[in-house]
Amino acid sequence: MSKFKKGGGKELPAISTASLPDIVFMLLFFFMVATVMRDSTLMVENTLPTANQVEKLENRSLVMYVYAGKPGQGYKKYGSESRVQLNDKFVTNLKEVQTFVQQVRANTPEDQIGKLMTALKVDKNTNMGLVGDVKEQLREVNQLKINYSTKVGDAVR
Amino acid sequence: MAKRSAPEVNAGSMADIAFLLLIFFLVTTTIASDTGINRKLPPKVDIPADQFPKIKEKNLFMVIVNKDNKLLVEEQSMELKDLRAATIAFLDNGGGKKSELGKKYCDYCRGKRDPESSDNPEKAVISVKNSRQTNYGTYISIQNELVAAYLFLRNREANRLFGESFVSMLARHKDVNDTEDKDALKAKIDEIKDMYPEKISEAEADD
Repeated sequence: MSKFKKGGGKELPAISTASLPDIVFMLLFFFMVATVMRDSTLMVENTLPTANQVEKLENRSLVMYVYAGKPGQGYKKYGSESRVQLNDKFVTNLKEVQTFVQQVRANTPEDQIGKLMTALKVDKNTNMGLVGDVKEQLREVNQLKINYSTKVGDAVR
Repeated sequence: MAKRSAPEVNAGSMADIAFLLLIFFLVTTTIASDTGINRKLPPKVDIPADQFPKIKEKNLFMVIVNKDNKLLVEEQSMELKDLRAATIAFLDNGGGKKSELGKKYCDYCRGKRDPESSDNPEKAVISVKNSRQTNYGTYISIQNELVAAYLFLRNREANRLFGESFVSMLARHKDVNDTEDKDALKAKIDEIKDMYPEKISEAEADD
């Protein structure tokens, strides 16, 4: 009787999922492009300090990373003192920083060596003594361009 | 020979495969967040202590952080939040007399012209000294405030001279899509940098 009565028996047409792979592939490509594979597993606690006068690191291939902090979850057997991590190893003797820099330099095209940058990813609860020692080692090999990695945020808490 | 049409490949599982890959990349992704404060370490040189460049006491801005992360600025304790203003006041003081400095007289400074503080921004040196026990986070906040003080002054002068902030000049200089004359822009940037050269020295940490 009613005008709006549903016509009985007619089924809803199935929604076509033919474009689903396209959509998923699109997402996939986005993530593939945006992904940066971590080259080393983090073995130290690494809560970066915050600052608001930051600059972006330009050329990622010309950046070497030095991590420092207290040994993280699963690495507690290395003690509770802050330590320096290079590549996938803890540093036992800070002189290794020098070898590390030389290694990176050897793998860099000669004209780019001057642009090499060291990013210090140091946990904010580390003592300055350790950081100072690392800086001293970097000066020793004349690797002077450094970057204190920070998060963007308010520095004055 | 009988023509046989190739059977169609079933693409129904393509979505599943794509999803699998997608999830893998989702999990492994760390969106790049490499930001930080750029610094240049002083090169290692062997100069005997008696040949160190002499800096007058009034041109030196001493910032000392102790092991309890407390600040001592110019022999007075200070909260971190006041550091930026104090640094700006020191750099922008321009206390040197025109008769003594001649060309080096800071005519763009807007400070108090206190004869007990820095002569001009070029002579003003900030010295940071920390203890080995100082917290890295505190050290970074101090560096941050010092950089901010320089940036404030540079922005001010860039706005006055070129009607554009120093930050936006730097951004334009980096922008590869911008086709304007980079050399002229670079000269302007250098001019501003020379007005307030960044001079932050770091003393060796004590125990």
